[in-house]
Amino acid sequence: MAGFIPRKIFAGRGNKTRGTTVYSREVPDQRLPAVAFEEQALPLFDQLFNFARWLTHDTAEAEDLVQETYAKALRGFGSFQPGTNFRAWMYRILRNSFLSSRTGMNTLISLDNEEHEAAAADLSTPESVMIADAGREMIRQALADLPVPFREILLLCEVEEMSYQEIAETMNIPVGTVMSRLFRARKALRELLRSRLPAVDR
Amino acid sequence: MACTVCNEKIDAYVDGELPPAEASVLAGHLRISAACAADALDRVRLKRSIAVAGKRYQPSTQFRERVAQSIATQPEPAKSGWHWRILAVPALVVLLISVGVNTYAKRDSARRERVYSELADLHVAALAATSPVDVVSSDRHTVKPWFQGKLPFTFNLPELQGTDYTLIGGRMTYFRQTAGAQLIYQVRKHLISVFIFQDRDLDTASLRPGPLTALSFHTETWMQDDLRYFVVGDAGDNDIEALSKLLRDAK
Repeated sequence: MAGFIPRKIFAGRGNKTRGTTVYSREVPDQRLPAVAFEEQALPLFDQLFNFARWLTHDTAEAEDLVQETYAKALRGFGSFQPGTNFRAWMYRILRNSFLSSRTGMNTLISLDNEEHEAAAADLSTPESVMIADAGREMIRQALADLPVPFREILLLCEVEEMSYQEIAETMNIPVGTVMSRLFRARKALRELLRSRLPAVDR
Repeated sequence: MACTVCNEKIDAYVDGELPPAEASVLAGHLRISAACAADALDRVRLKRSIAVAGKRYQPSTQFRERVAQSIATQPEPAKSGWHWRILAVPALVVLLISVGVNTYAKRDSARRERVYSELADLHVAALAATSPVDVVSSDRHTVKPWFQGKLPFTFNLPELQGTDYTLIGGRMTYFRQTAGAQLIYQVRKHLISVFIFQDRDLDTASLRPGPLTALSFHTETWMQDDLRYFVVGDAGDNDIEALSKLLRDAK
């Protein structure tokens, strides 16, 4: 029965480590030149903007945030450790810049007991099938309505296809917290979608 | 109702984060438990839906260029007291960066030319065909429904009454392995193609509109409702622009 679960989902995860080395290749010169920064940073531009726009809900703010991220990253590039994850480093700078902005500070919420929650498998129901098949617009609206800590971890995991370890580095939290927060984020998203779906016969 | 085998592991499993030994045990369980397998499938499908829905926003070309320039023109601070270094290091950095920016701009421009050339080919090939359109009608309410069941998206076509444009018809087209709609309009003696594709399948984020100088075609492109529109024809800039506006405003 499990054979229908697409293998590439799992294969894709396995490639992540290889994928990240693209962004974290070593540069021989100890004083990393601006050209090396440009080569590694510019390919991330679209995805950083997408992430920033989801966080801020505003194009102008997202642009400011991305510009600030690139400026800070360029200034701090000398302290970047070659061989470590450049993508996670860039996302961490963007995220920290966002959290220290006025908009970001207003989005902080308390997430209690994160270590004690874990995913439980529910049996598939007509409703859960409908949730899985919810339309793109409905999912976008639900994502936009999630609290920032849930929205950002879902984007990093599903859209950026980061591994748990990479998310942990980006968000500066333990891997265990990544797992529990992901679980809570997915649960919150499913509940939002469920509340917006037309009623189904149960 | 929770399953004791899948409990706590199902999300890590669908995320590909479970250690191989545990993943193998869970996969074995999913082979014999239809309910748990269905649950896992729901989770995989939701993951995919989020991945598609989450790729939503694209930076403007102007913003991309602004940031590329801002990181390209900041010189590295000189660390030694040598006077020649104080002058030479920033100059070298500026030189390296301007070469980089130039290369980037050239690459962008070459990419743009390539995309428009391919579209111009599609436009010319359609006009050269025995039947340029698969559905022949000047009625937008005939042409639009013709694409139902052929494309996984829909779009609005403008009312042309009182304008110089006439809808000739539509046809299916394929651009970079992506199915799309091609509509052919006429303005005076000129025929204009309008291409509509789902943008997520095309790498067209940085395309800018503008005339195709090499082939003398005029073009326009924009994003609307997650769809990428291209207008290509030998009519003048003003005609292309006016038709683009009609399409953008179509209800």
